Amino acid sequence: MSQTVLEVLGSQQQKVGIVDCDIHPNFRSPADLAPFMATRWQQHWREYGSHLRQGLSSTLAHPRMTPGVARADAWPPNGGPPGSDLEFMRTQHLDAYGIEHGMLMCLRPGGCDERNLDFGAALCRATNDWQVEAWVRKEPRLSAGITIPQEDAAAAVAEIERCAPDSAFRVINMPPRMLEPAGRRKYWPIYEAAVAAGLPIGIHISGVPGHPSTGAGWPSFYFQEHHANAQSMQAVVTSLIMEGVPEAFPTLRFVLIECGFAWAPSLGWRLDKLWHRMRNEVPQVKRPPSEYIRKHFWYTTQPIEETEDPGHLREIIDWIGWDRLLFSTDYPHWDFDDPNYTFRIQLTEAERRAVFRDNARKVFGL
Amino acid sequence: MANSPAGRPPPGAIDCDIHPAVPYTRALLPYLDDYWREHILRRGLERENLEPSSYPANAAINGRPDWHLPSGPPGSSLAAMQTHLLDRLQPKHAICNVIHGAQVMLSEDLSAALCRAINNWIRAEWLDRDPRLRASIVVPPHSADLAVEEIERLAPDHRFVQVLLLSMAELPLGRRQNWPIYKAAAAHGLPIGIHAGSSFRHPPSAGGWPSYYLEDYVSQSQGFQASVNSLVSEGVFVKFPDLKVVLIESGVTWLPASLWRLDKTWRGVRAEVPWLEEQPTETVRRHVRLTLQPFDAPPSEPQLRTLLEQLGSDRMLLFSSDYPHWHYDGDDALPSGLSTELIQRICVENPLETYSRLKETPQ
Repeated sequence: MSQTVLEVLGSQQQKVGIVDCDIHPNFRSPADLAPFMATRWQQHWREYGSHLRQGLSSTLAHPRMTPGVARADAWPPNGGPPGSDLEFMRTQHLDAYGIEHGMLMCLRPGGCDERNLDFGAALCRATNDWQVEAWVRKEPRLSAGITIPQEDAAAAVAEIERCAPDSAFRVINMPPRMLEPAGRRKYWPIYEAAVAAGLPIGIHISGVPGHPSTGAGWPSFYFQEHHANAQSMQAVVTSLIMEGVPEAFPTLRFVLIECGFAWAPSLGWRLDKLWHRMRNEVPQVKRPPSEYIRKHFWYTTQPIEETEDPGHLREIIDWIGWDRLLFSTDYPHWDFDDPNYTFRIQLTEAERRAVFRDNARKVFGL
Repeated sequence: MANSPAGRPPPGAIDCDIHPAVPYTRALLPYLDDYWREHILRRGLERENLEPSSYPANAAINGRPDWHLPSGPPGSSLAAMQTHLLDRLQPKHAICNVIHGAQVMLSEDLSAALCRAINNWIRAEWLDRDPRLRASIVVPPHSADLAVEEIERLAPDHRFVQVLLLSMAELPLGRRQNWPIYKAAAAHGLPIGIHAGSSFRHPPSAGGWPSYYLEDYVSQSQGFQASVNSLVSEGVFVKFPDLKVVLIESGVTWLPASLWRLDKTWRGVRAEVPWLEEQPTETVRRHVRLTLQPFDAPPSEPQLRTLLEQLGSDRMLLFSSDYPHWHYDGDDALPSGLSTELIQRICVENPLETYSRLKETPQ
């Protein structure tokens, strides 16, 4: 990083409160979730474990490059995996960076990916109850997301309706990589429930749907998979728009989490061009696709694109809209973005307030 | 012809499928080279159990209750295995087939490194400590060149008697990119052991992803039918006439119906596969063997005898206990209703004919 950039960064110490839109809590062991699960499902978990659409039962076939996918310094001194100790999270993250509010994004144990739908629903329920009891009730700076077994739309809707009245929940979480593309009608009851609950859908990179993680097949390395996360989110946006979801649910909002954002303008242009040529194939898409993108989608910032020329980043955000970006750190994961060094460009005070705080307050109703 | 009750195998029996388990990934560290040891430690992989989805260790079928260990997954203790199996059934030899996440890793290099470590581990901690044991060479199944390297490295040690693959891999097993593996195996007189299991690059059934582990387990036999057809129709046995293939943990009784269909369709469309000059059943009977457990027997002994006649060969079945998986109780490793002559073939002669290295005394 050049001296000039460092000077710019040094002057950007945060003065406004920050809303961090991607924080990962973790449980220490299944025992943490057991109080929220029926005995039958606790036993199932012990005997069969996760039954996923992948070759290894407890890690990925291209395992992550750091233990716990975490920053080396994020392991709590009192034991347990990164993200599992609220007090340590307060000290290391919330207090240290002046995080005014944090959105919990619970990736484990991943009930949404279970092949056994009833077990998946039980895991989601337990995850949701545990998030409230172990985190939100104890720390008012935190909000939770409703994890749902999206492949069983009826169960997912029931879980949304069960959780949504509790203001601890501010978003409904789904993975981008599901059994079918996100716009397919089997998922529409979930979108309908989200509208009824007044909650946005938060789509965080993840998902174990059994088909390859790229259109070109299975990559060999985590390096490739991490890169492909941005492609998986482009597939989500494309499918939602082409299937007519934003047209059918005009107030539905999608927050795309941890997938970057610099690809969004190009995707919009490409969709528009092809829509003009072939719109009679997709009559449910009434408007140029980029208009739906502009109206229905938000993006968290981490891992922020580090453009070759820092100025390019401003150009991209100008195209996307400064009201669309939501600051996030991804704490405690290894590719954490430090709020003081995330932007390698000078932001105006208005831009800073929007990206670091106000956009999130608005979309999540904080 | 006398038919036996369920029971123990005769003297000289060969147990063609037992499953030593890597107790925990850290146990492999001494058997990795310096680069991979450091790579795995930096990555924190030694903290993962790398358990393949095909065999969750805590599922009842994968660990007979009286074979559970005070610590570690079933099958991870040599002493316990000797007590539970070798000292009780007293087989002359038992063939160790390690099933491990190494075989499903997407990185070909990581897969190969872990397979090398597993082979070094089984040699040092099992083969060197009990002369009754033999082992299969575990190879990175999605990388023919690295698999061949591993076969060449270990083939001189004749306690390795087979090359192990999984039934459901990235591509059907007969595809030509796998042929270097078959060429190397045939050159060394090593059968290819095809074990139940999937790398799960695609669903384990033609209908997609089942909900339950039980369904996955049942559908293994459908995967084997596809694998046999692939090996036959791609011409693997035409190209490698000395190659033997052992289906391990495949079940047995599906085979006659599968072969009838194979033959009939071949008669109709053989112009598509002109290199197949004989009826597929003949090829399969000559080249393919099946281990016994889990034995999917019909409910009555007359039905079983009928079924065995339908197989059309007494040379195809190989005795296996599938230790520590739970397919029988007590010492009744052999199903009831087999003739003593057939038991002798299944337990002794067929394994010796299949695994020629078992006739040798390794140096």
